Amino acid sequence: MTDPATHAPDLVPPPTLEVRGGLKNFGAVHALRGVDLVARPGEVTALVGDNGAGKSTLIKCIAGIYAFDAGEVLFEGQPAHIADPSKANELGIEVVYQDLALCDNLDIVHNMFLGRELKKGIRLDESTMERQAAEVLASLSVRTVRSIRQHVASLSGGQRQTVAIARAVLWNSKLVILDEPTAALGVAQTEQVLQLVRRLADAGLAVVLVSHNMNDVFEVADSISVLYLGQTAAQLRAADTTRAQIIELITSGSQESGGPVTVPPAPGTAAAKLDTKNGSTQA
Amino acid sequence: MSTSTVSSSAPSSPLTAAVEQPTFGEAVSNYVTKVRGGDMGSLPALLALVVLIFAFIALRPQTFPSALNFANLFQQGAVISTISMGIVFVLLIGEIDLSAGFTSGLAGSTMAILLLNHGWAWYLAVLAGVVAGAIVGLWNGFLVAKVGIPSFIATLAAFLALQGAVLLIISNGGNVPVHDKVILAIENKNLPVIWGWALGVLAVLAYAAGSLNTWASRRRNGLLAVPLGLVVVKIVVLAAFVLGAVALLSQERSRTTFVSIKGVPIVVPIIVVLALLLGFVLTRTAFGRHIYAVGGNAEATRRAGIPVARVRIACFIICSTMAAIAGIFAASRATSVDPNAGGSNTLLYAVGAAVIGGTSLFGGKGRVIDALIGGAVIAVIDNGMGLLGYSAGVKYIVTGAVLAAAAAVDALSRRRARATGRV
Ligand SMILES: Nc1ncnc2c1ncn2[C@@H]1O[C@H](COP(=O)(O)OP(=O)(O)OP(=O)(O)O)[C@@H](O)[C@H]1O
Ligand SMILES: [Mg+2]
Repeated sequence: MTDPATHAPDLVPPPTLEVRGGLKNFGAVHALRGVDLVARPGEVTALVGDNGAGKSTLIKCIAGIYAFDAGEVLFEGQPAHIADPSKANELGIEVVYQDLALCDNLDIVHNMFLGRELKKGIRLDESTMERQAAEVLASLSVRTVRSIRQHVASLSGGQRQTVAIARAVLWNSKLVILDEPTAALGVAQTEQVLQLVRRLADAGLAVVLVSHNMNDVFEVADSISVLYLGQTAAQLRAADTTRAQIIELITSGSQESGGPVTVPPAPGTAAAKLDTKNGSTQA
Repeated sequence: MSTSTVSSSAPSSPLTAAVEQPTFGEAVSNYVTKVRGGDMGSLPALLALVVLIFAFIALRPQTFPSALNFANLFQQGAVISTISMGIVFVLLIGEIDLSAGFTSGLAGSTMAILLLNHGWAWYLAVLAGVVAGAIVGLWNGFLVAKVGIPSFIATLAAFLALQGAVLLIISNGGNVPVHDKVILAIENKNLPVIWGWALGVLAVLAYAAGSLNTWASRRRNGLLAVPLGLVVVKIVVLAAFVLGAVALLSQERSRTTFVSIKGVPIVVPIIVVLALLLGFVLTRTAFGRHIYAVGGNAEATRRAGIPVARVRIACFIICSTMAAIAGIFAASRATSVDPNAGGSNTLLYAVGAAVIGGTSLFGGKGRVIDALIGGAVIAVIDNGMGLLGYSAGVKYIVTGAVLAAAAAVDALSRRRARATGRV
């Protein structure tokens, strides 16, 4: 960590994504009732919470699938209005959905380039797309796929997951959001995906990882945000928290140890120093 | 557009290593696996076509394989196949257009009235008919994609309304004759024999050049390519079919000695051009890819940032426009338009042709060529049974049975595809 004295606070890069007071209703269902989330470049931010806490809904709002009913979204410090998925793509937001959102009747290459096909004139540039897709899959150490021209329907769950992730990293994205990417995977493939998540962050991207698995969360996350019944209970630095604390937040929405919990500041700031000294909370 | 930002020492992967090109035998066995897995494409229709043709030749050796009847088949199949090519687009997005038959009637009657009563030039009258069709498509697409009415109901409403519109346009008299020479020529005149040969040879050469070029460029780029042998076999089969058809159509088929009737019917190259154009859109453009994507998983397509509603509307417009063009062919063939133009079996034959050809009723799977293959099956049944002296009633029943069989093949192969992980 750099010495805060050499850094004026305004030189600290703003978070890649910041959500303040996000609200979303589905008719009478209050899915999100005040959500704050900060995702910083180079960090994995875990988003945890019980079933139905609103994690997927939050992600879909960020991706432009739904619109927040109220609240503020800042992208790289600038207010952003993400009206539809293509706007999110333009900003550099890529999402790997819980249900993966692949087209079973298209092959791997077509799925990876869906909506952003490479063209030569009006024709699809199949060769270049195929080559780039193969390169990305290779860089993710995907070896199990027989041919990248096979239909996605014939892939295993883990392979589909990798295609969905490869689709997200194919583009020069700034923020990659993964909704329970390891839920359906075996031990080896889970490990591969987690390593991949870590590599994405180490490459300077902001990564948001939704997971129910505390092992996964503590293995890769720098920061943990807990949702409780559509509200942000706390966002904490992973290094300063224990599983017990997180699990308590998930199940009851607050900690016995008390104290208001707020968004942690960026590492490298004076506040961050404070953060590490004073434990998990900071006024 | 650049690739991954992930820094990783790219390990030598089977995907980036020089691909092992499959041999001829492997390619064939891959195809067999694919068919076994439920992805049969047009195979059942092609087999049915061969069986039917041989059966009718055996039963009516004098009339069925004659040059006259062969030309007839093309002219009979033209209307159904053209509507059907449009139907493929709505089936691909998992929808249906029940109004396509009367859309063709609307276009035909609009054109005929403008020619007869208003003295319009043929090309303007044709344009008006086609635009009328496109507007119907826009309306259907709007109701389905924007309002959210199931296409079955939205186009059923259009079916009724258009039937009324055709009645009103034709009004009293009950029949509008077509006298325009150009319009009549489409379905009733032939290309000069030499032209038929020239276009046939040109088509074969263009196909050969295109497929060899694709093969070479994939090899050059280190991508998996089908074996050269298979490419050549396909070219030879196509050449045999095209040149064989041209040869048959170039024979004298007049029954009298005063007039000579020979050559490829003019409507044939028109349909080939339409099919190539639509096939190009579907397989070579991003828009075509989006059509398949909408049929495969509309929600995923939406999340990929593709304007799904616009794709849907475009498919309905393409369908209705093709129906309108077919309506002009129908007017040309009948040399008149009556209030039932585009009615009775027109629509069901067109949907049937697409499904028989291998286009799925469940969306996401189908090709333009399916419409032509399925259209050929229906035309052969209709024509052959006519020659055998069966009544219209029997022909309908048989065609209905074939359609049910095709839909069953579609449903079963889909189930099979599910089971073996192909869709
Ligand atoms: N389209 C929708 N219409 C109505 N209610 C919805 C919709 N989507 C989500 N909800 C509701 O919003 C709440 C949050 O759901 P969400 O899917 O975001 O939870 P989650 O945290 O992702 O849960 P899980 O861990 O099970 O994936 C739930 O009560 C759910 O029923
Ligand atoms: Mg969820």
